[in-house]
Amino acid sequence: MSKIAIECRVNGETRQCLADPRDTLLDLLRERLELTGTKEGCSNGNCGACTVLVDGAAVCACLMMAQEAPGHEITTIEGVADRGRLHPLQEAIVAHGGTQCGFCTPGIVLSAVALLAEKARPSEADIRHAIAGNLCRCTGYENIVRAALLAAERARGRADHG
Amino acid sequence: MKEIGYQRPTSLTDACAALAQPDARVLAGGTDLIVQLREGRRTAGTLVDLKYVRELAGVAETDDGGLGIGAAAAARQLAGDQRISDGYPALATALGMIGSTQIQNRATLGGNICNAAPSADAVPPLMAYGARCRIIGESGERTMAIEEIFAAPGKTNLKAGELLVAIELPPPAPRSGAHYVRFTPRREMDIAVVGVAAWLALGDDGRIADARVALAAVAPTPTRAAGAEAALQGQMPNETTFEAATNAAAAGATPISDTRGSAEFRKALLRTLTKRALLDANPSSQTETR
Repeated sequence: MSKIAIECRVNGETRQCLADPRDTLLDLLRERLELTGTKEGCSNGNCGACTVLVDGAAVCACLMMAQEAPGHEITTIEGVADRGRLHPLQEAIVAHGGTQCGFCTPGIVLSAVALLAEKARPSEADIRHAIAGNLCRCTGYENIVRAALLAAERARGRADHG
Repeated sequence: MKEIGYQRPTSLTDACAALAQPDARVLAGGTDLIVQLREGRRTAGTLVDLKYVRELAGVAETDDGGLGIGAAAAARQLAGDQRISDGYPALATALGMIGSTQIQNRATLGGNICNAAPSADAVPPLMAYGARCRIIGESGERTMAIEEIFAAPGKTNLKAGELLVAIELPPPAPRSGAHYVRFTPRREMDIAVVGVAAWLALGDDGRIADARVALAAVAPTPTRAAGAEAALQGQMPNETTFEAATNAAAAGATPISDTRGSAEFRKALLRTLTKRALLDANPSSQTETR
């Protein structure tokens, strides 16, 4: 099968690679760009392990074709920390037991980060709704939700104090 | 999946030309299609991405004060559009129930309709609000009531070369209300076992002047409950009337048993949900219990 050239924006950088026309965005990220932080859990949009942001919106990478990627800003888990400094949400998840095996964590972080970018004061219901498309088999979600609430509070505190 | 091409037209003319190619298929949100392609349940030689076609995007008021919704607009944008949440709240509710946030950021109204699942959540509210579909094809443009677009599970009545362009909603009727409610085993990220949308418009005398009841997942396609509607017409919007309509809905439905529920379970759900949908659709401040 002939390969195709794909150019797209990932984590703020322009990336070019050769892809199979049948590749999903998930295949592109993991196999062609070697960004393996995004995980493959079900390949049919049910589990959310492959969640990335496309133009800031949470999307399952397994439900996009690689050929749809050009022209959009894609953010993967590798792009969440800022030059090595963890996002407050990442710090809160680590501090409050919001990750165990870690497989769902990249997707959950991106879903929650997308929410926090949209809402400075998310309610618990908002957070649970935002991560409803992300399955976690280990934690039971409580610590993830608590971490997200604390991260939102902390981010507001930072904003208030400049 | 076989080798697959990809095209990104930016006009309706180019989109129709692209879709005229052999084995060309519409790619909108891809949340159903990409899974089907990978599992071999559908095939395509070329994916024609409709998300960049101006005429298929966005929401615009129509000449009669209603709303035209582009078939390729994303569910999440639509659910957050005030013209929809204000004028057609049951549709906004349903759009927020499809899958998850990730799904809603990609899924489109056109896709929810044309994938033609009997359980499609956006469809009962569209039926309840009296939606029409604007379709373009080789012989020009035509419109049809949304009920007419469904042929069988997974199949529409669109002919080869036809494309759903927009969904048109009439202006909100005065003294009207609508509600969509569904049952799913989980709170989110699930497929309706049964879904019911109800729409009531009251006359000056306080009686039901017009009513629509639409059902998901109890028939091969989303369907109207004619018996329930007949039981509502001209009646006062009270418990007695709603009970009669609920009985009519249940009597008129022949759901199947499948992995999500038995026929008996679906019939029981249909009763409960029809009642709830009517109670919440009732534009009177309270449903009378006389």
